[in-house]
Amino acid sequence: MHSTGYVVKFILMVSIVVALVLASMATLLKPIHDRNEAIANKRSILNAVGHHLEQPVRSLTDDEVLEIFENQIDQYVVDVEGNVLSKEEVQERGYSGGMAEHINIGRERRKPESERLLPVFVFNSPTDQFFIVAVHGSGLWDDIWAHIALEDDFNTIAGVAFGHAAETPGLGAEITDDPMFSEQFRGTKLFNEEGEFKSVTVVKGRARDEYHEVDGVTGATVTNDGVTNMFRRGLRNYFAYFEKLQTQ
Amino acid sequence: MADTNTTTQVEVKERKPLFGKRERKLITDPLNDNNPITVQVLGICSALAITTQVSPAVVMTLAVIFVMGFSSLFTSLLRHSIPKQVRMIVMLIIIAFLVTVVELSLKAINYPIYQELSVFIGLIITNCIIMGRLEAFAMADKPWPSFIDGVGNAMGYGAILIIVAFFRELFGSGSLMGWDIIGPGAQFAINTEAHWWLEWYMPNNLMVLSASALFVIGVLIWVHRAWNRDLVDVS
Repeated sequence: MHSTGYVVKFILMVSIVVALVLASMATLLKPIHDRNEAIANKRSILNAVGHHLEQPVRSLTDDEVLEIFENQIDQYVVDVEGNVLSKEEVQERGYSGGMAEHINIGRERRKPESERLLPVFVFNSPTDQFFIVAVHGSGLWDDIWAHIALEDDFNTIAGVAFGHAAETPGLGAEITDDPMFSEQFRGTKLFNEEGEFKSVTVVKGRARDEYHEVDGVTGATVTNDGVTNMFRRGLRNYFAYFEKLQTQ
Repeated sequence: MADTNTTTQVEVKERKPLFGKRERKLITDPLNDNNPITVQVLGICSALAITTQVSPAVVMTLAVIFVMGFSSLFTSLLRHSIPKQVRMIVMLIIIAFLVTVVELSLKAINYPIYQELSVFIGLIITNCIIMGRLEAFAMADKPWPSFIDGVGNAMGYGAILIIVAFFRELFGSGSLMGWDIIGPGAQFAINTEAHWWLEWYMPNNLMVLSASALFVIGVLIWVHRAWNRDLVDVS
């Protein structure tokens, strides 16, 4: 048996060594982590308009992703009233980068609606323009999010790229792992014929309404409902901006 | 005189082969006679969780090999100074430390795989096999054999993991390593005209659910015992 003093000293020593090694490792790798995260985010944005790219996003190298982003995408930060914010205004609100790609949608979702910053990415293909917006919601275990590409009628969905923090592999995680899930959203519409916001609902079993329903992932009811709610609540924030664009 | 004696002794020790009979047994034992999953029935929790697809199972195996090898090594190096009262906590610190190292490195090296596995890497900490080997072996043996024992057990665990993942991905999603092989979406056959004989299969969703991992492991235990008769009376 060791004395209590020895035990305390030993634990302290081990903890300090471990903490030092981990802290320095985390600090050293931070720039690489940030870069990887930024590229993963850009890939997700491009994924939403994946059908209008020359090759699938999966096969693009990191540099190609950055290049497409640089050349074909314009980005804006808007607020719930539809005003476009300048770079300085965004920097004042805590994003030193000041661009839409730096906005942390998870953090914005926890703010009251009137203070939220909303990123908008405009993808210019040779023939069309797509408006990619970001929404954020809750899945079963943790956050889920999506980039939604809209055609220039601000009604038809041109593509969706999902992301999640910790959904169950094979169940909830299928929203990202199964390309067929996001594929179903192509061609669905936000508004019905009367112009009311109907959003897109993820349903159990077979989807009946081709414009407003898609098939859910089997065995992942909570994640499915999370996607439905995320679309309902997240897209609403952009309506003022869309209206301004349409009236211009 | 005493000095020369000790040096010759050390030299004799160093001349011992790195993979002697004992070391080889430490590697092969957990693969067969003393498999952590099919014989000791440990680590079932993670065997349920990450075996829906083969590629995460492979990465998980590599991560566990690293964590287990080095946690055994470190624990063994510290075994004389670790106070017995708090040995579990010290082991946990070592395991958690290595798991965080894996997590940080993977996040820098391959971000997509990190995203896919993020939760489960954290769960290596709770893998009872690691704790079990540290307590049963590394606390009482020299660093090198401990390292081998850790790696061997991790391989025994990983082998079962990959086998289970193989069956679950093949019959649950009709794919392997993400390639669709059987079922309506099969695209693996070289001649696209000729794979009607692969298309009849409808992926069985039960295989994706955790419960099916228990069925597969159960069958594996049965097969293992039928093949290796010595195990029948062990438990």
